[in-house]
Amino acid sequence: MRYEQIPHTADLAVKVYGKTVPEIFENAAFAMFDLMGNITRGSLKDTKKIEIDAPDTETLLIEWLNELLYLSFETQALFSVFCVRSLENNKLRATAIEQIPESGDLIQTEIKAATYHDLKIEKTESGYEVTIVFDV
Amino acid sequence: MGHAFAGRFEKIDDYRWKIPMTYMPGMRVPGIIFSDEKMLKDIIKDNAPQQVANAAHLPGIVRASMAMPDIHWGYGLPIGGVVATDIESGGVVSPGAVGYDINCGVRLMRTNLYEKDVMPYIKELVTALFSKVPTGVGSTGKINVNYREEKNILVKGAEWAVRKGYGCEEDLEYCEEGGAIKGADPSQISDRAYQRGRSQPGTLGSGNHFLEVQVVDEIYRKETAKVFGIEKGQIAIMIHTGSRGFGHQVCSDYSASMVRLLAKFNIEIPDRQLSCAPVASEEGKNYLGAMRCAANYAWANRQVIMHLTREVFESVFKENAASLGMRLIYDVAHNIAKIEGYNINGKIKDLCVHRKGATRAFPPGHKDIPRRYRETGQPVIIPGDMGRCSYLLAGTQSAEETFYSTCHGAGRLLSRTLAKKMTRSREISQELADKGIIVRCTGRETLNEEVSDAYKNVTDVVNIVQGAGISIKIAKLRPIGVIKG
Repeated sequence: MRYEQIPHTADLAVKVYGKTVPEIFENAAFAMFDLMGNITRGSLKDTKKIEIDAPDTETLLIEWLNELLYLSFETQALFSVFCVRSLENNKLRATAIEQIPESGDLIQTEIKAATYHDLKIEKTESGYEVTIVFDV
Repeated sequence: MGHAFAGRFEKIDDYRWKIPMTYMPGMRVPGIIFSDEKMLKDIIKDNAPQQVANAAHLPGIVRASMAMPDIHWGYGLPIGGVVATDIESGGVVSPGAVGYDINCGVRLMRTNLYEKDVMPYIKELVTALFSKVPTGVGSTGKINVNYREEKNILVKGAEWAVRKGYGCEEDLEYCEEGGAIKGADPSQISDRAYQRGRSQPGTLGSGNHFLEVQVVDEIYRKETAKVFGIEKGQIAIMIHTGSRGFGHQVCSDYSASMVRLLAKFNIEIPDRQLSCAPVASEEGKNYLGAMRCAANYAWANRQVIMHLTREVFESVFKENAASLGMRLIYDVAHNIAKIEGYNINGKIKDLCVHRKGATRAFPPGHKDIPRRYRETGQPVIIPGDMGRCSYLLAGTQSAEETFYSTCHGAGRLLSRTLAKKMTRSREISQELADKGIIVRCTGRETLNEEVSDAYKNVTDVVNIVQGAGISIKIAKLRPIGVIKG
C-alpha cells in the first residue's frame, strides 16, 4: 500500500508508506494527486524536473508537494509518475510526469496546500511512514 | 494522529472551559474553549483542544489561547481559534494561525423583495446565478488582469471593483476595513501568487464556499433588525468565499519562509504549522504586508460576485438593483490577523489578533464600524450549512474578553470522507428540493461532503456565543436557493 486516507474533520489527511525516504516522497506526491483527481487513467505527457532544498527532510517533503501543486496550477495538469533522482543533505532532485486525463473534470478536489501540521517521518519495521494533512 | 488531547477541562462557567497551563510544558497562557457541556463532548473527540494548547506556546500571547464553539481540528491553530500577541513584548504573527484562505469571509445583502415575490422565479434565479457566477475547483472568471491591474486590486481591494463598475461607493462603507485594509505591500508578493491571482477575481471556488438566496425566517431583536434593514419574510443574499489561489500561495510562501526563521528568532513551538516571526521584525512586517494584499483581493472578489448577483436579479425582476433595495448589510473577514488596541493590565497595547475561523464583532459605539450601526453594534454574519439556516448577530461590549471575536459558522462534525460514505446512496439535491431548497453545484461530490449532517447545528453554536455574552442574535435566515463549487 502506498498510502491510505485517514479521518480528518475539516481537511484531508493521509498516512503515506515507503520502504525508503525517497519512496515516501514519491508516494506522498502520488497520494496528493490521487486525492485531487483520477490519475490512474489517461496518457502521460511532459516530464518536469524539480530541484529544491530545505532545512530538514520533513520541511523538504512539504515543499516538494507544494512545488508540485504550483506546477499543477501552472500547467493545468495533474502529475502521476514521480521519481526521486537524489535526496541528500536535504536537497531533492526529482522528476514528475504530467498526466492527460481521459475525460471529465481534471481536478475534482481542490487542495489548497500541504501543511506542516504535526509532521514527522517515522521509522517502522518495514520502512517509513508519515501523516500529512492537506488543506482543502 | 499523534498528540490527541489527553487533558482535562476546568469548568469556568456554563460556557467557558479552561485548559490549564499545567497541561503541557511551555504553555504561556491557559487555553479557553467557549462551549456548553453538550458540545464539549464532540469537541473532545477531535484533536482541536490539543491545537488550542499548542497555540498557547506562541511568543507574546496574552490572556489565553481561545477557541469559539465552532472549533474543529485544523492545522496549526484550530478552526475557531483566536490568539492575540503583544507586539511590544516580542509578540509574533503566524501565517498558519491565519490559514491558507486569507480573508475567507462572508457578506450579506438585503433586498426589498419578499419570499412570495421570489418563489415563482427561484429556479430561474438559481440557474442564472449559477451560470453568471463562476464556481468550482480552479474556477476562473471573465476578469483577467495584468500585473499592474492586479497590484491595484491588492492595494485597493473592493474599491478597485467599484471603480471598475462592480458596485457603488456606498458598498465600501459596509465592509470591514472599508473593503481594503491599509498596509498592503505588493512588493512582498511572489510571482507565483501574482500568476495564480490573475484570472480569479470574481470567482466563488469550491468546498464550503457558496452563494445563497435566503429568507429572513425569524427576528430576535426588532429594533436592531430594522437598523440592519431586514424584517421577517424578506429576501437576502449571502456570499461566502475568500482570496482563492492567490491567498493560498501567499500562505504557502510565508509558511515555508517562517519554518526557516524559527532558529533565527529562537522560537520553540510544538507544531511547525505555527511557525512565526515577531510582528516587529522585518520578516513579520513582510508577511503582514503580503497577507493584507490577499485580504484585499478577497474583498474585491466578494464585491465582484455581489455585483454579478445584482445583475442577475435585475434581469430576472426587470428592475434595477437600487429600486430592488439590494444594499450590502455588511462584509466580515473570518481568516485574518489584525493590529488592534486592547487594555492589557491597565495599559492600551497594540496586539496582533489572529482570527482563524472566527469573526470580529465590534460593540455598539466602536469607532471602526459604520455610523448606521453605532448604536446596534457591528453586524456579524454566521453562515450555517446549506440545509438548515444561517444567522445575523451583533457585537457586544462584553466580547472585549475575546478581543471582540465570536464564532464564524457551524463548524464541521464529520470528515469529508465519512460524509461521502454516509450519503453514498442518498440524492442530496433531491432531499434539499423536498425541503424547498433549490441547489446547483459544480463538483460531483461537493453536495455529499457538504451535507447538513457533516456540520454541527449552527443554532447550537450561536446559542453558545449568545449565552457567553460575546454576541447577540438578531435574525435567522433560511436558504431557498444555493449555488456551490
